[in-house]
Amino acid sequence: MSDAVTSPGPLRRFLDGDLWYSFTHTPTAIVAASIALACIVVAAFTNTLAPHHPFDLATLELADSRLPPAWLPEGRSTYLLGTDDQGRDILSALMYGSRISLLVGLASVVLSTIFGVTLGLLSGYLGGKTDAVIMRICDVMLSFPAILLALMIDGVGRALFPQAHDALAYAVLIVAISAAGWVPYARAVRGGAMVERQKEYVQAARVIGVSPLRIMRRHVLPNVLGPVMVLATLQLATAILIEATLSFLGVGVPPTSPSLGTLIRIGNDFLFSGEWWITVFPGAMLVVIALSVNLLGDWLRDALNPRLR
Amino acid sequence: MAARQNLRFLLISVRHPTSSMLVFIVRRLAQAVLVMLTVALVSFVLFQFVGDPVTNLLGQDATPGQREQLRRDLGLDQSAPTQFVRFVGNAVQGDFGLSLRQGRQVSSLIAERLPATLELSLVAAVLALALGVPLGVYAALRRDGFWAHCLMAVSLLGVSLPTFLIGIGMIMVFSVTLNWLPSFGRGEVVRLGAWSTGLLTADGWRHLVLPATTLAIFQLTLIMRLVRAEMIEVLRTDYIRFARARGLTNRSVYFGHALKNTKVPVITVTGLQLGSLIAFSIITETVFQWPGMGLLFIQAVQFADIPVMAAYLCLVALIFVLINLAVDLLYFAIDPRLRAAGFGEATVP
Repeated sequence: MSDAVTSPGPLRRFLDGDLWYSFTHTPTAIVAASIALACIVVAAFTNTLAPHHPFDLATLELADSRLPPAWLPEGRSTYLLGTDDQGRDILSALMYGSRISLLVGLASVVLSTIFGVTLGLLSGYLGGKTDAVIMRICDVMLSFPAILLALMIDGVGRALFPQAHDALAYAVLIVAISAAGWVPYARAVRGGAMVERQKEYVQAARVIGVSPLRIMRRHVLPNVLGPVMVLATLQLATAILIEATLSFLGVGVPPTSPSLGTLIRIGNDFLFSGEWWITVFPGAMLVVIALSVNLLGDWLRDALNPRLR
Repeated sequence: MAARQNLRFLLISVRHPTSSMLVFIVRRLAQAVLVMLTVALVSFVLFQFVGDPVTNLLGQDATPGQREQLRRDLGLDQSAPTQFVRFVGNAVQGDFGLSLRQGRQVSSLIAERLPATLELSLVAAVLALALGVPLGVYAALRRDGFWAHCLMAVSLLGVSLPTFLIGIGMIMVFSVTLNWLPSFGRGEVVRLGAWSTGLLTADGWRHLVLPATTLAIFQLTLIMRLVRAEMIEVLRTDYIRFARARGLTNRSVYFGHALKNTKVPVITVTGLQLGSLIAFSIITETVFQWPGMGLLFIQAVQFADIPVMAAYLCLVALIFVLINLAVDLLYFAIDPRLRAAGFGEATVP
């Protein structure tokens, strides 16, 4: 065999691959990905893109409070989507809020992935008592809905650190959401690891004396990561919605840096006085983000599932 | 889904009757006890390490002698395991001490709020079942029809919308814009002994419409999609084809044969969903200011009112465990295959 055929680079391989082909031939996926990408770009460059600084008290004008969106009779073009009761620009608050929602969601997903994948690997590869204990914990967690678990853990965390400052409040929130969400990863990875453990390459590695930790990390892990990607995408939407719900209930992010859920909570008080825009825009934004991430996850699941091809 | 796996385990155990019904039930009971003990331990740890109960009861300026006396009276000088046993003993009798914020017995606070939450959840469950099953059957039978497609599209939205946004949307449309229905509280309630009910007055029902619908929507879409999927699956089986070959009417095939066989998964999922209704009622109750346990719990979390939080934790865990157990036992009542296996083993020596 000659080495005349050079192997293509990673990008080329990706563009020629099934995944990219499926993506370019699924309109829903393209639309969802564009929206999600737009949200991420806006969130990343909020500081330069946002027309106002809604949480800088010095720039707020109380005279500008409760203005309707620009296209309504009393609206002003400087405040495209209107202002809230303290004269904060809704559009800017929306941008900052999406950033916090996305960041908390991403951080929770990363944390629960690490947690779930580690436990799943240990459980599937080691088996025996480790497996039994971890799976019993999973069973217990699964008997409750994720939102309830997150609420409970968040409540306990808040009770443990009553005078928590902002950073700690974020940490409690993120830990609560990820502690409620790691079980699906653990179960998926455990299943994969149990299959991989039987295969020859793992046995070969074991025979030549590679340590179990190294086998798990270098040999088994890369082969069980496929379903984890799909799960992570779908869980991102769930994490964002759980964060929004907790913040809406008043036990989420600290009020000084409101997320979308906090904005909806604030706006909820003004529904009856007719200022619908304070609630409706953050609510719509939340639905758009969650729906686009969900659709993307659904597409990824179908595209990566060989049984559906 | 865990419920499905249990079912599979059961069906396997029928085929291998040595490990059967009894083993299954014992295993589920053990798991239930494990869950309750875990939750009790969490509550106990909360009590122990958050705040100082002595300071909470006596205030800041008690003498050291008084504090020591109370510490002994409360048994706080004993070892942690002894205290845990006593905590569980008290909890079993419903005694969780005094609410830190309201200074009243936690048990009476919860007893006051329990009827509101239970009525809301039950009405929502009935609504979800009464609408979800027929709609699911319809969507399965007219699979390619226009309305069936509409139903499926709407249900997808219902699954992706968070509960609190549905509630806010309901308030905006039916309370603010149309001004048809009230948006907060229970309205007029009638006291029947210790139970206060809103189901006996017209005003109570008017107040119930929006929260119950909000709470029901998610479960409704779930049940509808499940019934549709199960019906489509069952309609493909041989015995349905045989029923048709026998010349039975559509009505008899659909409702006598097909629907009957979707019962096990539907009851499983619905039963488990009843538990999540009580959990999700936390959100609905906050949106509609419904004076139930969920609202009590959220206020307790905001003010770090440990006794109330611990009691709610234990109560909700208990409800969940009981529902899970009931669903497990229901399998035997519904599915004749399992029952026959159970009896067979009992009679054959």
